[in-house]
Amino acid sequence: MKLLTPLIARSRVKSPWVYCANSGSCNGCDIEIAAALSPRYDAEQTGALRQGSPKHADILIVTGPVTLRAGAAIRDIYDQMPSPKAVVAVGSCPASGGVFSGSPTVEAPLGDIIPVDVYVPGCPPRPQEILRGVIQAAGKLNDKDREREEEQS
Amino acid sequence: MSDVLSYLVALLLWPGLAGGALLGWLFLWLQRKLTARMQRRFGPPFYQPFYDFFKLLGKQTVIPRGVNPLLFYGLPTASLAAMLCVLALMPVPGNPVHSFAGDLIVLIYLLEVPALCDVLAGFSSRSLYGQVSAARETLLSLGYNLPFLAALIALALQVGSFRLDDLVNAPLSLVHVLAAAAFLLAVPARLKSNPFSIANAEQEILAGVHTEYNGAPLALFELTHGLELVALAGLFTLVIMPALSSGLAELAIYLLISTASVIALSVLAAGTARIKVQQAMRFYWRWGLVAALIALVAAWL
Repeated sequence: MKLLTPLIARSRVKSPWVYCANSGSCNGCDIEIAAALSPRYDAEQTGALRQGSPKHADILIVTGPVTLRAGAAIRDIYDQMPSPKAVVAVGSCPASGGVFSGSPTVEAPLGDIIPVDVYVPGCPPRPQEILRGVIQAAGKLNDKDREREEEQS
Repeated sequence: MSDVLSYLVALLLWPGLAGGALLGWLFLWLQRKLTARMQRRFGPPFYQPFYDFFKLLGKQTVIPRGVNPLLFYGLPTASLAAMLCVLALMPVPGNPVHSFAGDLIVLIYLLEVPALCDVLAGFSSRSLYGQVSAARETLLSLGYNLPFLAALIALALQVGSFRLDDLVNAPLSLVHVLAAAAFLLAVPARLKSNPFSIANAEQEILAGVHTEYNGAPLALFELTHGLELVALAGLFTLVIMPALSSGLAELAIYLLISTASVIALSVLAAGTARIKVQQAMRFYWRWGLVAALIALVAAWL
């Protein structure tokens, strides 16, 4: 396994499989994510592939201000993903609550619920920015794996 | 001793693990790239399935509560091992293992093992989506095996032998054409590609039987899928196409026709949408049965 470590480290950066979760978003960011994954911006050329099961994913993309009902679900999805994993918060809502900031029905910011690695600002952000966020998050996977191993030892 | 050695070479080097995995990754990439190009996308770079495999190997493996770890690791290993045996048995150019009487029957049994492991994985993973998918796969295997088995049996009947070498060396005849048609009908469903991607229905039932799988076991399942692609394309080339020449030219023809069948499969997959399981069964029990009967009757006469 030691022999494969450099290869695995390189593979992680090159193959970010994503799982998209909507935590009560207005759908604006989700449309931009769809644009990032579909022919125009084609995330697959960076190796990103949308997965149907969180257990297959490396990167969790979260949109929306995390409504009270969505909070538990987001936590559950995050816990289901096998390590190493990274979180990309897309849009203003998960970062600060956006226009819903201060509302009693949202749990934003997302960072209070699960650790967020990359914030992609914008309302909604452009597909290129989302793609860059995913690539940045993929670059952090190796550091996160090292941290986890140090914690365990 | 040399027999054991030649089996080891066949299992681990060519046409087994090393050669099969490289060819399988190439075919998996070709499928994804062609689909992307047909959708006017750029598509993944050619090393993508290779990196996907090693990334999954490096991930943590989470075994769902209540699932036997032996089963969780054993099923993907068993299906990979069966696929390696299939490849080792195939009389591709350069295979050190010699054909023996009845190896076609062994091959047919071994080809069923990945589907069986998938079904068991789906039912044992305690996931609702896995169980739905496993039930669909069970049902579909009753459909696609009809023309598939009929094609191989018709060829064996024509040659009068269940030895793969005899089938490969048989001269081209009408039965070959009819068996090829029946064989091709079964291939998309065997590989779970569109329009028969009913068992693994991406997004619709999450990831089908593999929903609960992750890390190394998932990597093994993905590798098995690549090897299945190599095995089925190879079997088609070897059994249906007549042996034209020997040596390097034979190898080139083998690779060329395998690649061509993968291309045809991708075009079909990109051009069609998923159908329902009832429609697939109706298709196989109507047109599959027709193709099977024609091939068998032609072989009989």
